[in-house]
This record gives sequence, C-alpha cells and structure tokens, in this order.
Amino acid sequence: MTTAVDRLLPAGPTTAARHPLFIATGSVAAAGTMLMFGMLAVWFKFRDASPLRAGKNGKMIHDWLPADLKIPEVATNTLAITMVIAAIMGQWAVYSATRKDAQHTTLALFITGLIGVAAINAQVAIYKQMEAVLADGAYQTMFYAITGTMLVLICSGVAFSLVAAFRVLGGRVADRAVVTAHALYWYFLTTAFIALWFVVYVQK
Amino acid sequence: MTTVNLPSTLGAEATADSGFLGSVGAWLTTTDHKRIGRLFIGTATLWLLAFVGVGSLLGFERIDSKTLTFNEGMMTQLFAATKTLASFGVMIPLMLGLSLAIAPTQIGSRSVMFARNAMLGFFLWAIGSALVLSSLIANGGPGGGNAQMVDLYLLGLALAIMGLLASAVSVVATVLSARTAGTDLADVPSFSWAALIGSSSLVLTLPVTLGTLIFIAVDHHYTRIAFDGNMGIVKWLGWSMSQPQTFLYVIPAVGILAELAPAVARRTQPLRGGVFVGVGLISVALLGSVTQNVHGLAWTGTLTDKAKSFVPYALFNLLPILGVVVVLGLALLALKSDSIKMIAPFVPAFLGGGMIFTAMLGNAVQLVSSANLSGTVFEEAVLVYISYGTVLVAWAAIAFWGPALWGRMLPAKAVVGIGALGFVATVFAALPMYIAGFADQQADSIKDFDYSGPASLWNTVSTAGHALFAVCVIAAIVVAVKSFATGERVAGNPWIDGGAQ
Repeated sequence: MTTAVDRLLPAGPTTAARHPLFIATGSVAAAGTMLMFGMLAVWFKFRDASPLRAGKNGKMIHDWLPADLKIPEVATNTLAITMVIAAIMGQWAVYSATRKDAQHTTLALFITGLIGVAAINAQVAIYKQMEAVLADGAYQTMFYAITGTMLVLICSGVAFSLVAAFRVLGGRVADRAVVTAHALYWYFLTTAFIALWFVVYVQK
Repeated sequence: MTTVNLPSTLGAEATADSGFLGSVGAWLTTTDHKRIGRLFIGTATLWLLAFVGVGSLLGFERIDSKTLTFNEGMMTQLFAATKTLASFGVMIPLMLGLSLAIAPTQIGSRSVMFARNAMLGFFLWAIGSALVLSSLIANGGPGGGNAQMVDLYLLGLALAIMGLLASAVSVVATVLSARTAGTDLADVPSFSWAALIGSSSLVLTLPVTLGTLIFIAVDHHYTRIAFDGNMGIVKWLGWSMSQPQTFLYVIPAVGILAELAPAVARRTQPLRGGVFVGVGLISVALLGSVTQNVHGLAWTGTLTDKAKSFVPYALFNLLPILGVVVVLGLALLALKSDSIKMIAPFVPAFLGGGMIFTAMLGNAVQLVSSANLSGTVFEEAVLVYISYGTVLVAWAAIAFWGPALWGRMLPAKAVVGIGALGFVATVFAALPMYIAGFADQQADSIKDFDYSGPASLWNTVSTAGHALFAVCVIAAIVVAVKSFATGERVAGNPWIDGGAQ
C-alpha cells in the first residue's frame, strides 16, 4: 500500500551513529551534576543565613548543624573512599574491555556494582548513627533531601553496572560503548558525591 | 532546508488493517520520532487551550477591580496555572516536540537516538503535567489550601521535568551523534542547531529546578519550616517560569525563523556562522537562570556599584537580545535577494519572532530598578508576549514542515490568516498590560488596584486579546486536523519546491 510517507523523499544511506550512548550518558551526567550542585547551592544559601555561634576553637561559625547532631566522620570518610574506588573499578572495566578480556570486564563491572551497594549500605549506616529525625527542623529536612537524592543516583549507578555486566556476560564483549559510558557515569557519581561529602560532611 | 524522510527502523507501526485499537496501541508504543514529536505537539496544544482559557478568565476578572465574579481563593491557583502551563505545558513541549519530529530528518538520521527514552519522556511529561493541572483544580499548587494537592502539584511538576529532560537528552544525542556521514556540526541546518542549543540548555537548567523542587517537596510533606510551605513554591521556583529562563525555552523558535528566511529568499543563508553564534548567545541566559536570582539593574551608588549591577544584568538579559538581533539581522540579510518568493509560514514565524523580541526588550526594561516595574503586570505581559510568540512560530513550523510530517499541507490562506490574527491577539493581550504595568497595576492581583488611567479599558482589551487568541488556537486546531486528515497529498515540501506560496 502506498502511504503519504512513501511519497516523500527517498531514504538516504544508513549511517552509524557516533558514540550515541557516551554522548547521552555525558548529557545525563551534566544534568546530574547540575542537579547536585544546584541543591548544594541552596544548601549554601541556608547555611549562610543561619545564625552565628562560637565554635570549638573560638571562631565564629554558622549555627547550621544542630548541636545534638554528630556527623559520623569515619563512616562518611569511608563512604567517600568507597566512591573513588567504584570509579577506579569502572575504569578497570574499560581497560579490560579494550583488551577484549571478558572475564575481567565482567568482574570489574560486578565489583563496581557491589561497591555501589556498599556505598548505599554506608549511607544507611550514617543515617542510623546520626539518628536525625526528618521532621525535626530545616537542617534535617534538607540533609535527607540532598543525601537521599544522591542515594537514588547511586542506585541508578548500581543498576547501570548490573546491566553492563550482564551484557558482557552475555557475550557482548566487543560492545565497548556501554562499558565506557558506565565508567563515565561512575566518574560523575564520584565527583558529585565528593562535592556533597565536602560540603555536607566536612564543612558541615 | 529539505528534510529527508527515512522510514523508522524501530518498533511496529500501525498498518491500515490494524483497526482503531491497533492504531492507538501503535501510537502509544511508537518509537517513530515524528510520532513522538506529534504527540508532544498535540498534547501541548491541549494545555495551550487551558492556558489561553485561564488567561481569558483572569483578564475578565480584572475588568472590574471592585467586584469579584469568581471565588477569590481560586485566583492564586489560576495565576500559578498560567505560569506553570506557559513554561512546562506549552513552550518547552511545543519546541521539544518540533525538535524531535524535525531535527532527525534534517540531519539524515533514521530515528531519534534512544527513541524509547524520548517516548518515556513524553509519558512522564504528559502524566506529570496532567497531575499538575488536576492538583491546581483541586486547590493545590502554590498557595493552595489542600496540602495533599500541593504535594501532588510538586510530584506532577517533578515528573514533567524528568520527562522533558529525558526527551531533551535524546535530541542532544541525536544532533551530536547521528548526523549523516560527512556532515560536521557546523553544517547542520539552523533549526537543528537551535534544537541542540535549546535542548542542551534544558539539560543544564531543568535539573536545578528539579533539585529545588525536591527540597520543597520534602519540606512541604514533612515540616513546612525551611521553604515557607506552599507559599515558598513561587519564591523558590518562580525563576524557572520567568525570564530570562523562558528565553532558553524558545531558542528553537529563533532557529525556525532562521530556517524560514533563506527558504523565502531561495538562497543559502549568508554568514551562516553568525546565525549559529546568535542562537548560542541566547543560551547565555542559562548562566543567569541557574543562579536562581533576578539580576536587575540598579543605577545608583559609586561607579563600582553601577558596574557590579550592570555586568550581570547585561550578561544575562541583554546578551540574549543581541543573539536575537543577530539572527533577525541575518534573516533580513538573507531576504535581500532578487529571488524572493514569499511563503505563508514565514508570516507567523516573523510575527511570532517579533513578539519574542518584544518580550526580551520588555524584560530588559522591567529589570531596571528605576522603572519600578517589578511586581506589576508588566512581568505577566512579558510572559504572554513570549509564550504567544512561541505559539505563532510553532504554528509556522507546523505549516512549513507539515508536508514532511503528515504528507499533506495546510492551506496558505489559513496559515497567514490565523498567524496575523494571532499576532493581533497577542498585541491586544499583552500591550495593555505593559501600559498598566507603568501605571503600577500589581501582578497576581485581581482587585483593589486603582490608578490614574483607564484601568478597566486596559484589562478589557487584554481580555479580548486572550479570547481572540483562544479563537485562533481553536481555528488552528480545526484547520490542522482537517487539512492533515483529508487535505491534498503532497510530495516533498511544496513551500520550498515552488508549489506553494
């Protein structure tokens, strides 16, 4: 049957798209970066607007973190290191995929996912140790909102790792695009988390 | 620019014998970029009707500032509805829909990249925007009295933003990665370039809105301490529905104008690189938007104070104007040709482009502190100019690329007639509010404004403008449905090939 569509100009030659997944992941990473940095900007705004009080060393600091809340520094620092390791594992997967080493690529991808799960576990442990109640005040609300958003992003990274790992496990070793995009995504997650860690957990 | 039609290689399409349900199913599960684009355009047209209707209602209520026809409590929702619908219901989806439908054909791609992602984006946006509208009707939204409906508004807006983001990522990936062999980025048509810049701007700014939205939603649901409950929505998110952020939403509209001028002149665009620079300059507004602050001009104090105020003001509000001036100037340069043959879609495109330009100028004036226009209806008028102008340009684009999308074309007289009437309606709807703004008629207010001047006249003319625009939209829908369903079949693009004027 002849349709209206058939009457239009004929099809041109088929062209292979150039790194579409990498570009799309780059766009998502850019969007995610704007999301987290936008949230951190609002965080800064609230912290700057909080009243001043004398800190431990006598310096005047903004009274943003409620006095009854303590940041578990060991857990938060461990979490930051965990995220860096996840990015390194992602890069290991790319290194292995470039050499068509399916075994190590799969291993690296699964380890990245596992480290992502460990990061989620660490974040939950921080919640438990802090015992902050969400409805207690502005700090608590914003703390859960910003760290919760990061948690969702890490969950998406774990899902990406699993999808990439099962693709390689299924024999698509030559398809490096997914592994490269996966590494890019974990670089973004690590960068975003390090920024969050420094502002929320170190600077407080 | 000729579009190349490539049959989609993805997904099953409806066939003639698939029946009504099959056809609906094929549309809802489609991966054809043209269909996804048309779904965006069609649904945005419904929201446009709602937007224009609400604008008419608010105008009607303002004619007499002493008596109220409707419930006063409703008005906060109606004002919120106009702002939300203008940006997230009309301008972004219309331009994104056109980008999805047209850009791949211009760059020689068989499909949009990650078509299922683009379709998911449509569903998220459609569901989200429907939730936003429902919540506003049920006393939700900014200033709403029903807490659950306010939560629903925030959820709906978040879904809509995520949907628009998903589709924008598909457009970006398509233009960057799926160009036909040998085509550099500098060789892509003006509209595809504008689609890339516009979508990239969305990718970089909408997440900032989403981040603030997450804070507000969590705060509103649990504590209502940090963000002033439902009253904080406009305070914290207002920038995403106001200028200069809206300039980013209409970047593809400027690209459409740049695309049509050489088509009218029947020649290649002289200084094509300049058009690209002009379109890029508009996107500078995103730097101002993501600071989530208004960058006004306070011409007071020392020279340093003046410079501190002027630089961000000029950077975020004047540079985008320069971008449009460059594109318009080069369009006029293209028209300096002996082979000009006017085509109908150019008329609404040019008029709509003029409205967008007027909005940008208005915004620049409004932000000068000594003009005392902040908080007046002047700001509302800027939004009307830019949103109605965008609709006019979208109408031009639908007419121009209609043959490529539907295989049929719109009648030239209807395209020009509706475009011209829409232009008159836009001027009627917005210009009196520019004047009323100088007379200090307060924004988001329907009563107790009293100033020296014919307040009732300005509001009556504005209401008539909104109503006339509503008539134009309905007429455009009728003409489009009739022409694209039963009109004469055409091959290629008769606007360019010489078959139509």
